[in-house]
Parts: sequence; structure tokens; C-alpha cells
Amino acid sequence: MHVTMTVNGDEVERDIEPRVLLVHFLRENLGLTGTHWGCDTSNCGTCVVQIDGEPVKSCTVLAAMADGHAVRTVEGLEVAGTVDPIQQGFMEEHGLQCGFCTPGMMLTARALLDENPHPSEGEIREAISGQICRCTGYATIVRSIQWAADHPAETADSTLEDEDVKA
Amino acid sequence: MTIVDDPQTRPGGDYEHGRDHEHNPSADAPERPIGFGRLQRKEDPRFVRGQGNYTDDVVLPGMLHGAILRSPVAHARIVSIDTSEALARPGVRAVLTGKDLEPLKLAWIPTLSYDVQAVLATDKVRFQGQEVAFVIADDRYAARDALELIRVDYDILPPVIDVRHALDAGAPIIRDDLEGRTNNHIADWDCGDSVATDAAFAKADVVLKQEIVYPRVHPAPMETCGSVADFNRVSGELTLYVTSQAPHAHRTVIAMVSGIPEHKIRVISPDIGGGFGNKVGIYPGYVLSIVGSIVTGHPVKWMEDRSENLMSTSFARDYIMTGEIAATKDGKLLGIRASVLADHGAFNGVAQPTKFPAGFFNLFPGSYTWEAVYGKVTSVYTNKAPGGVAYACSFRVTEAVYLVERMIDRLAIELNMDPAELRLKNFIKPEQFPYDNKAGFEYDSGQYEKTMRHAMDLIGYDELRKEQAEKRSRGELMGIGISFFTEGVGAGPRKHMDILGLGMADGAELRIHPTGKAVVRISVQSQGQAHETTFAQIVAEEIGIPPEDIEVVHGDTDQTPFGLGTYGSRSTPVSGAAVAMVTRKVRDKARLIAAAMLETRPEDLEWEKGRWFVKGDPSAGKTIQEIALAAHGTMELPEGVDGNLDAEVTYDPPNLTYPYGAYFCVTDIDRGTGKVTVRRFLAVDDCGTRINPMVIEGQVHGGLTDGVGMALMELIEFDSDGNNLGGSFMDYLIPTAMEVPDWETGFTVTPSPHHPIGAKGIGESATVGSPPAIVNSVIDALRPLGVTAMDMPCTPARVWDAMQGHATPPI
Ligand code: FES
Ligand code: FES
Repeated sequence: MHVTMTVNGDEVERDIEPRVLLVHFLRENLGLTGTHWGCDTSNCGTCVVQIDGEPVKSCTVLAAMADGHAVRTVEGLEVAGTVDPIQQGFMEEHGLQCGFCTPGMMLTARALLDENPHPSEGEIREAISGQICRCTGYATIVRSIQWAADHPAETADSTLEDEDVKA
Repeated sequence: MTIVDDPQTRPGGDYEHGRDHEHNPSADAPERPIGFGRLQRKEDPRFVRGQGNYTDDVVLPGMLHGAILRSPVAHARIVSIDTSEALARPGVRAVLTGKDLEPLKLAWIPTLSYDVQAVLATDKVRFQGQEVAFVIADDRYAARDALELIRVDYDILPPVIDVRHALDAGAPIIRDDLEGRTNNHIADWDCGDSVATDAAFAKADVVLKQEIVYPRVHPAPMETCGSVADFNRVSGELTLYVTSQAPHAHRTVIAMVSGIPEHKIRVISPDIGGGFGNKVGIYPGYVLSIVGSIVTGHPVKWMEDRSENLMSTSFARDYIMTGEIAATKDGKLLGIRASVLADHGAFNGVAQPTKFPAGFFNLFPGSYTWEAVYGKVTSVYTNKAPGGVAYACSFRVTEAVYLVERMIDRLAIELNMDPAELRLKNFIKPEQFPYDNKAGFEYDSGQYEKTMRHAMDLIGYDELRKEQAEKRSRGELMGIGISFFTEGVGAGPRKHMDILGLGMADGAELRIHPTGKAVVRISVQSQGQAHETTFAQIVAEEIGIPPEDIEVVHGDTDQTPFGLGTYGSRSTPVSGAAVAMVTRKVRDKARLIAAAMLETRPEDLEWEKGRWFVKGDPSAGKTIQEIALAAHGTMELPEGVDGNLDAEVTYDPPNLTYPYGAYFCVTDIDRGTGKVTVRRFLAVDDCGTRINPMVIEGQVHGGLTDGVGMALMELIEFDSDGNNLGGSFMDYLIPTAMEVPDWETGFTVTPSPHHPIGAKGIGESATVGSPPAIVNSVIDALRPLGVTAMDMPCTPARVWDAMQGHATPPI
């Protein structure tokens, strides 16, 4: 079947088998390997992307279901050479180790902050509760998201000298 | 023993407390430290952009996809396998069975413990999930489709599932492939002095015995295992991209197994999505991708799915332990015995040094002085998945620590003594190091009492006990659990430690380019531990080149020196030492060149970070960058110096290093449901010299989360037919952000006296140290109900049973 969608702002069209999962479509048909796959049962969240701004598990969505929609992946977080505050936050606060869960965590976090710019710790934990990180123990992920909340895009500065001094 | 007072090795003073960042060690450190201190990771920019390169991201021209058909039953004879329908399906290139591998001598491969493991079953299947056939097809979906079309006729045999009956007379023989096998026994091992221990027990006022089960769990890294094999039929070269924690060891083993000469094999372990021991072994799937590539002439990718990962790759633990402890009535420890029945599954695939069939279980005496100790372990086969590698634990240290820390608490209950006080009374004292633990290991250094008291201060131990007393008077269940662990990591001295005959040393190579930028090549492989950052920091600390000017190369056997890889917290203790030593070698070489440049004698020069200068005349000196340029220039070089500033070493550790820590866990238990909430957890670690406190904190947090998982949630369980009941993330529960607290951390610094920079390793400390603290806390909470023991996992149902007086072991 034929699908058309926007992925990170670009329109893409492909002929695919109807059964192809969105995660495989992104990784294998489009070569966007930043979206990961980690389980068979929709439990891990390493595959999270945004569809029309909502975080979804792309292993649980057929590519066909994304037809006509806007998909955003980790590759779409950085805009015009400037990283998203959420990306900067993960680097500042050691929110990642092996990096495998990180794209999914960041897309969920971005969606959370878009809706709720100043979430509490509990709201952050709940937002990422459908996702597993085996490395970090979550506290630094929470801090990373708080960092991003404290440094919204217009003032984000990728060199962050002030922050280092304060820390 | 050395007690360091050098502020260099204590970047932020003595202590940090992670929760509020209030003692962030970067506060008084330079913004970008040249050397040790908090430094953002060099690997992060690629990962936050989705630019990591994991094995499943590797795509080669003409690549085909493999999938494995697995046994649905635990024990059965294979009557027949019909692959014709699968082969006929469009898109399928080949279907392999054990019969196809036999002529290639690849139906069986050696395990890491001198046993053999079937790549594809030929005679019998011996565990549910065992590899039976391999399909190679044009794409992932086609390969999976074809699995459904393979017909296997099984003649079902009775399985051995309950390990307690594996040695019964008349138990089915699992390994009838091994000649002369008449039972399921693998090995017996012991350590310590049984006679002296009997004597210590004979004079004790108090003797206690307790069964303590450490059930089977699984490392379950977020990235499953897989490989892409690319065999070039013309050159005879094999390139293997693989999820490997030990690329060099894997290359050697693959050469031995496949017959492809080692110099024609390149193993590339790209970015690894977590390992935790799961990626130490050689799995049948890796071998099958290689055979598949040889057979089809195309690159072949194999990536397992999550159920395959949980059901067939290396599990961890599965130790049924019996502890016995002897003490005087005022709490002086006299003796400890440990006796273990170990379930190794269907093939003995445990990864541990050859002479240590029970790993480093020798650590069961813990952090205390005893008159005598004795431990023994019997390992057996069962119809379960093989492995027993790890789960962020150096070779059975987790089990040993769990045993002794549970026994100490059990004794405290019996003596009606505070468990902190009982520990303080019996700690090995700083002046007793190096300390022979009476079970064969010599601890390098420790200041146990200092670390313990610091932890008690940070958590507010006395106030917590007061709060608990108040809550108890209201009928609420609150627990305070303690664990004080000593690990042994950094395996290990070559003359004692090898895996499959390969000595456990590690190499490092350092090149300083003419412009003063450096490349360091290491033999270990990061799975998230930040080697690209911390190893650059070691070079920076030793030679004064900023970390951003140092590239760390790892994970490619063509580009790095030989070494045994990353597991058992050995990267910093062994490979980190190699990096420090190679940098010192370069520094010494730089001294000779600097002397020639300054027209003086090398012994008249003094080092400060980044520069050799003339003693007494600091203005006359040469920076390492100037020296690097001169080394590659036209200047006449001193004798013994060739025209570069490079060096290489192989580091053979003289002993293990012994990190330790004091952990405190506060739990609340819901009386109505048995649900345990970890309210607070404090980890005070002493890993010796600290390279990057941010990375250390991250390693600790991750391990604490493993601990919550094992103590409260994780279990690989089997029904009596051998069906794996933990084969998906719906069944095998891993903590999310909702189950863990905001971790609190602290530290003390007691360097290892024999490690070049005094570092001890931290990767596994928290996984080792946290389960006993959590379980002790649960038992402490349940004390008013008369509970003195319970086994992991402390799920609501199991805690509820314990509350009713029916605590049962999970196996
Ligand atoms: S891959 Fe695990 S939830 Fe999607
Ligand atoms: S960083 Fe490894 S799984 Fe989250």
C-alpha cells in the first residue's frame, strides 16, 4: 500500500506492506535509526516518537496508521543546528548512559513540556512511566527534564557557561 | 594502606550528597577540568541526536536477515525436522538445522566454562527457547514468516526443573551428549577451613541457620543481542558487528570455533545499548549469522527479540544458599558457613575465571573479621536456559554479599542488637589491610567504620529509628535496612585468572600526534559507562592534555590492542590502569626529549601537569605539545627515543581491587496490600580515587535501580513443565520511574594501594550492595508481625504471605 506522511517536516511517500510497523518503517524504509526497538509487548518505550505532537510507541502503530499525519523523531529535535533544550538537558544532567532509551525519553519529555512547561517531579515521573531505562535509575532523567523546563528554547545556550559556574 | 589527603583525588572535598546537588563536586573545580572531575560526556552529542550506531543500525549492501526457530518445550528428543515448506517460501534463501552444521563441526561450540553448547539442536532440546533451526531471508518479516512453516516432531521427555531434585537418583539425565554421564552434577567447590569453622561454631553462644534464595533474574539490557556477519569469500575475511562486551575475546573464540584464522577476523562492537553481563557470552545466534554469511555469500543480520533475550541468553544468580552464623552473646562474630546449590541450566555457560567455578563467592565473609569461615558450592544441570554470567555483578559477588548481609541482620534480630552496631563492632579495621579474608582473597584497603558512620549521619539513622518506633506504636510498617558490602573487582592477575585460557590482562596504546592531540586505544568496550570520557580524563590527568584533545578508540579489534573486555567492573581497575601506565610511559619519553630540547639532563627536570621544566627554573620548560612536535621534527633525538611520542603497554593487575559501601534503605509497607515502597535509599560508596563524579553517580543510580528490581519485582520463574514464566516485559517486571525514589548518594575515598591511580571500579557496586539493604528493610518493617526472613522478590503477594506467617522461597 501507499503511505504519505511528514517526518520531521519533510513529506515522505513509500509503498509498503500493510503490516509494517511504524518503528520498522522509520528505521528500515527511511533509515532513521535513532528510533529504537526494545520489546515485543509495548512495555519499554525505546520506540517512542511523536505523531501530531503526541508521544506514541511506534512499535504499536502501523505505518499505515500514520498516513496523513506528522511524525517527529529524535532526528527532528535539533532545528537549524540548535539542539532542543531537552537534548541539552540530557547532556547537562547525565540523563543517559548507553543512550538506547534516550530518544524515546526525550520525545516524551518534549511533549510533556509543550503541554506543561513547569511539571513537578511527580508529573515528570508519571510522563515517562511507560518507558524503561536500564542504566540511569531515572533520577538524572528527571533532572534533565527539569533542566530543560528551566531553560526554554529562546534562552537556551549550547555553551552554557553560566550554568557550569552555578553548578 | 594509604589515606589520601590530596585534594586532586577528592575534587569536591570528602562528601557529596546527590539528591539536591548540594555538594556537586564541580563547584570548586575548573570549568573544564584537565583530568579528574565532573565533565560532560564526549559520547552524549551523538546519542542525543539519534546518531548512535548500534548493531541493529548496521546496514550492509545485499544484507539478509536471519531468524531462529526455538524449542517450545524444555526437554525432548528431536524426531524429525521438515524445512521444505519454509524453503519454498518466496524470499527465503536458506534454512539451517543442526544436521547442516554437523559437517562444519559447528553444531556445538565451547562455552566459557569448558562445557559445550548446541548451536542448533541435533539430538535433543534441553530448555524452552533452545535454538532448533535458522532461516535466512530477504527481510526481517519474511524470515519470521518462514519460521511458522518449519515442522518439528518432538518426543517429549520429563524435564528437570526443580533444582533441589536435580541430583536425585533416577532424575532424567540432561546431558547424555557427554560421554559417561550418569547424573546432572557439574562441579563441587569449596573454600576456607571447615575444621576451624566447626571449632568456632562449637564455642559460640549463638548459632543460626537460614536458607537464603537468590532467584534467577535476567540482565535484560534495553538493546537485545544480535550480530551482522559479513564473510568475504574471496579474501576469506570475516567482519562481525556484534553486541559484545569483549570484542577481542570473542574474536579469539570465533577463530577457534569457526576455523577462520584470527588475523582474518575483525570484530566490531559498535555502540552497545547496555550489557550488564548479558553480552559477555558467545550465543548461537552470532555463530548462525556467521554460518549464514558463509553459506549465502551475503552479509547476514540476526537480532533477537525481547522474548528470545529473556528466554535464551544469559540469566543471572539462581543460587539456593544456606547460611550458618556463630557468635558470642554480646555480638562478636566467630564463624560463618555457606553452602550453595547452584542452578547452571542445560549447558554450563557461566563466565568466570577458570580456577573459580563459583566465581568470587569467596567474598562471602564480607567486611567482617571471623575466627574461621567455610563455603561450598555444588552446581548442577537443569532444563533451563544456560548462562549465569552476571547482571552487573562480578562473578557471584552479589550472591556472596547478599548471604552475609542477610545473615548479619538475622543475627542482630536474634541478639536483639541494632544491626548498625553489630556491623560496627565487627568491621575489619583500617590497619588490618591488606586483609586475608580467610576464604582466599586479600582485600586491598578500606576504612569501613568511617564510611559507615558517614552514611549513618547522612541518612539520620537515630532519627529514623525514632520515627520507626512511633510508627510501630501506631501499627504502621516502616523498615530500615542496612547493607555493608565489600566487592572484589578488576579480574585479574594473569597467573590466577583466565577465561578459556586467555589471561585477564588488558592493553593500551597512546599516540600523541605532532600537534599535541592524542589518541588512546583501549581493549575494553563501553556499554554506557562513558569510557570515551573517563579514559580521556585519565590521560589528561597524567599528561595534561585537555580531554577534548584526546580521542578514545574502542570496540574494534582492528584498531585496538588485545584485552579481555568490560565486565565484572574491570574497565577502570584493569584497562584504566593500562591507560595510566601507557601515559606515564609517554611522559617519561617526553622527559628525555624535553631534556634534549632544553640541553639539560632528564633528572634535572620536574613535571607539572602538561609540562617538563628545569628544577629551580620554572620558566625554562617545554609543554607536552611542544615536545610532541619536536619528537616528530628534525631535532636529533636522544638515545633510545624513536621519532614519535607513542607507547603501548599491557597491564597485568597484581590483585583485585575491593570497592565497598554502606547502603541504607527505608521502606514503608502497606498493611492492606503488602506493597513495598522504597521511600529513601542512601548509597555511600568508596571506589577509591574518583575520576568523574557525575559518571560515578550515574553508575550507582543504575545499580540501585537493578537492586529495587531484583528485591521487589524481577524473577525468571518456571512452571513444572519448564515453561519460562518471565519471557516478556509483561511478565518480567523492571522498575520504571514510578518504583524508585530520588537516590541519595555520598562517598569516602580510600584509594587502592596497588592501582596506578588508586581507582577501584564502581560499575557494579550498587547492584551488589542494594538488594540486601532492601530485603533487610522489608524484614525490618515486618518485624512486629514476627517475620525474621523472607526471600526476593518482595512482591505484594509474597509480602502478604510473609505477613500471614507463610514466607515461601520463590523456587
Ligand atoms: S519497542 Fe518496546 S514499547 Fe515499543
Ligand atoms: S541509558 Fe541505557 S537504557 Fe537508558
